[in-house]
Amino acid sequence: MSKAWEIVIGIETHVQLSTQAKIFSGSSTTFGAEPNLQADAVDIALPGVLPVLNKGAVECAIRFGLAVGGEIAARSVFARKNYFYPDLPKGYQISQYELPVVSGGRLVIQCGDQEKEIRLTRAHLEEDAGKSLHEQSGHSFVGRSGIDLNRAGTPLLEIVSEPDLSSSAEAVAYARALHALVRWIGICDGNMQEGSFRCDANVSVRPLGQTQLGTRREIKNLNSFRFLQQAIDYEVQWQIGTLEDGGRIEQATVLFDPASGETRSMRSKEDAHDYRYFPDPDLLPLVIDATWIGEVAARLPMLPAARRESLIADYGLSSYDARVLSASLDLANYYEAAVAEAGRPNAKTCANWVMGELAARLNKEDREIGECPLLPEQLGGLIARIGDETLSTNIARQVFDALWSGEANSADEVIERQGLRQISDSGALEQLIDELLAANPTMVAEFRAGKEKALHALVGQAMKASRGKANPQRVKELLRAKLG
Amino acid sequence: MSLTLEQVRRVAHLARIEISDAEAESTLGHLNDIFALIEEMQAVDTQGIEPMAHAQNLAQRLRADQVVVTDQMARRNAFQAIAPETEAGLYLVPKVIE
Amino acid sequence: MIERSLHEMAQALAGKEISSVELTGLYLERIARHNPLLNAFLTVDAERSLAQARQADERLARGEQTALTGIPIAHKDIFCARDWRTTCGSKMLGNFVSPYDASVIERFQAAGAVLLGKTNMDEFAMGSSNETSFYGPVRNPWDSTCVPGGSSGGSAAAVAARLSPAATGTDTGGSIRQPAALCGLSGMKPTYGVISRYGMIAFASSLDQAGPLARSAADCALLLNTMAGFDERDSTSLDRPPEDYTRELASDGGTQPLRGIRIGLPEEFFAGGCDQEVMQLVEQAIAEYRKLGAETVVLSLPNMRLSVAAYYVIAPAEASSNLARFDGVRYGYRAPEYDDLNEMYSRTRAQGFGAEVKRRILIGTYVLSHGYYDAYYRQAQRIRRLIAQDFAAAFRQCDMIVGPTSPSTAFKLGEKAADPVQMYLSDIYTIAVNLAGLPGLSIPCGFARGLPAGLQLIGNYFSEAKLLNVAHRYQQVTHWHQARPDAFA
Repeated sequence: MSKAWEIVIGIETHVQLSTQAKIFSGSSTTFGAEPNLQADAVDIALPGVLPVLNKGAVECAIRFGLAVGGEIAARSVFARKNYFYPDLPKGYQISQYELPVVSGGRLVIQCGDQEKEIRLTRAHLEEDAGKSLHEQSGHSFVGRSGIDLNRAGTPLLEIVSEPDLSSSAEAVAYARALHALVRWIGICDGNMQEGSFRCDANVSVRPLGQTQLGTRREIKNLNSFRFLQQAIDYEVQWQIGTLEDGGRIEQATVLFDPASGETRSMRSKEDAHDYRYFPDPDLLPLVIDATWIGEVAARLPMLPAARRESLIADYGLSSYDARVLSASLDLANYYEAAVAEAGRPNAKTCANWVMGELAARLNKEDREIGECPLLPEQLGGLIARIGDETLSTNIARQVFDALWSGEANSADEVIERQGLRQISDSGALEQLIDELLAANPTMVAEFRAGKEKALHALVGQAMKASRGKANPQRVKELLRAKLG
Repeated sequence: MSLTLEQVRRVAHLARIEISDAEAESTLGHLNDIFALIEEMQAVDTQGIEPMAHAQNLAQRLRADQVVVTDQMARRNAFQAIAPETEAGLYLVPKVIE
Repeated sequence: MIERSLHEMAQALAGKEISSVELTGLYLERIARHNPLLNAFLTVDAERSLAQARQADERLARGEQTALTGIPIAHKDIFCARDWRTTCGSKMLGNFVSPYDASVIERFQAAGAVLLGKTNMDEFAMGSSNETSFYGPVRNPWDSTCVPGGSSGGSAAAVAARLSPAATGTDTGGSIRQPAALCGLSGMKPTYGVISRYGMIAFASSLDQAGPLARSAADCALLLNTMAGFDERDSTSLDRPPEDYTRELASDGGTQPLRGIRIGLPEEFFAGGCDQEVMQLVEQAIAEYRKLGAETVVLSLPNMRLSVAAYYVIAPAEASSNLARFDGVRYGYRAPEYDDLNEMYSRTRAQGFGAEVKRRILIGTYVLSHGYYDAYYRQAQRIRRLIAQDFAAAFRQCDMIVGPTSPSTAFKLGEKAADPVQMYLSDIYTIAVNLAGLPGLSIPCGFARGLPAGLQLIGNYFSEAKLLNVAHRYQQVTHWHQARPDAFA
């Protein structure tokens, strides 16, 4: 890419809030029901029906405002955004326009080794639209679209960033940080396949040093981090190419096609939109007082940054480990519960196991930490046995497998049942070593001739002879003593 | 001020109301009469006056985050019995182009 | 029987003088006889109504009746009633059989009232003459060449012609009070928020309010007792303790029952622009009020002259958005021929809506569109505030405001139909009340050239009981409200 260009990106994220009911009706928000079963009279906009605001959705907005240090409006207003679309049953979307529920705030992102603070413009509450299903096998409606309003009225928090991002990597880092935060504070399940977290990226480029922003194009509805990255990369190249060829950028709304890796203009948005926002006369101003904010704040978990600091301070973890372990609230809680069982001196070992063995196994089985079959107390119990030298690391892995598959309830149970206790006792080990030295005179000679490798080979033999149960550290010490 | 025919057509498009040239002409006349009536209010100095959206100065009431349990299939059947065109529980429309 | 008050009818039902089935049958028979001329009812379903009447009779037999049990009530076709066709006077909803009940309908059902039928109205309540109904105009029982007023014209004509003991209406800019005046009835628009809007098809949400149309203020009070009350499904519904709106009616105030009441007479109501004969009748009514002990005080509502302008920005703006849901996708009319989605929308709406509705949608779309919002919508909302402040100042000087309801008596069918602005100006005395959200009441105060004229009483927020009492005291000493059009004996 030419160095003469600066990339400017702002992101709007639609976060589906984890409420039971919809934002203005009593319908369920559960994903995956049969078409239109979760659409009540309000959701299908029968004549005469009226919206009433869900308190749970407002609480989610307050949580978010507190988490990003934004200002929570004492009074905010719902407005109607008017446009015709078949998945928009009222012909308008209830949103917030002039007075959003949250203003300002910031999010710290991690890009490589660098931290960067991204300013947030606002976050506002609104309702989701339904879905248009296009002709598909199994349906006879050729050339038609089918409208499912189950999603219509699901509460959304639209979070708008300032154009503070300057690369696709930063955009992805921002999206990841936001994704982690909304799950951390429990306002969104973060399920991107189901559309619970969707990003629109506003992308423009300008010659380096130019103060005026370039014309932006908005890439709609990116529902994976990979697509976000690919779409921005393509769009940036396209804009730079267009400008370098002497062309002009027209403001536009575009869609990303993952198959071709390209962006294209949305045909439905061709006629310039005029949304005719005005305050919704069916809804009164949303008033949030300090008492309510205080109650929500009291129930808010310690935020990721603070949790990271406390992991470093309490357990002596590196900042890298602390960051990995605070990727989600569930993970941090899991880790701390494991340490509580294993004992604080084993905190680093716990970190290694959670980030290593456990993470690998979860990843392999495509599970979230919340779906981990191994309780943190079980992992902590296992690590305690490593700490007190009952288990070698290798044997510990066997025990881990047994616990994972549910063969036993605790490490101690596996150790007892399978006789896996590590042999650290000098008497038992000495006998083993004496037999070993007698059987391997060549290796002994080699070691004495200064070949350190021979010692490792002898340790290996000892482990083999003991079926892995000998404490390798102790074996090594005894060998040195005998041969020294 | 008065509207132009072009503005009438644009507004009719925004409102998704098909309008013939003859209708646009007659509508233009009516709308201009009405806007002449409305213009009366433009001369009034309203600086510093808070716009009034509601008759009562009250806050939005909030509903508990609870799902209202109902027979969803019976409800869908009742709603779709009065729909112009449905199939497999979906409302059918001409193809939506994104 | 048909001249009896609702209270007297209830007594007749309780005393087994007549059954609800008989009473309902009586009105159904009158409807069958007179509706072909008047066109006041859009939907009548005798079987369904009589089934309700039978249930009411059972309830009466058990002695579990309320004040309205067994009494037939007609409802404006703007209220969704389960399994009843609910058209809102529009072709758009010609085939719309509502799957649910409006709050108002539920309340009458719970009270045991009989749903007598759905009444004609201006399309989506947009009109002052009932001529914009897709289903044809309603005729005024006092003179069938005249309009009944609108938009609740069907309800007003039905009650005036004794086709129904009472009816419901809705009032966005005068749509209860003006037809009440033009048909010689008592009709009230309560404080905004007193009656739930749930299930009432929206025209202009911040102005719409349901209310009763009846032959007397006392009947209105009884109806209001059933209609009013908090509804959690309407965010603008007011959560207040229930009131008995009849509570002030029974007391004996002696010869001067209104002593201590100060009636405000706004200069703007008496500054010309009103039919001379109507104005004389209003003056006579005011003289009657002085006799009843009320004081009068002249005051000013300086911004009232702007109410029509502000209203014709705010109401169409809200309507343009409220009526966007009529798109041919989920219910109602869909154009038979179209090539694509946009054509389906624009033909459905072009064919489904009438001229006046389309006109208002276009006005509303325009005033909200980019670049015009501040000049029109925001300015109109500021004017609205000024108007509300005028009333607040007035109510520091008086208890209620009195003036004409409409600048004229009923006009001829077709007389103003071609001139929207002239039509809009017929609501000049009523619109400000909706903008401020205040309660207003129209009662008959005499006849000009054989047609009824209306006196409007406007009160402060939540003063419905007092307004009804003041109207009732007038009706105790006058007989205008008992007059009946000859053709409907």
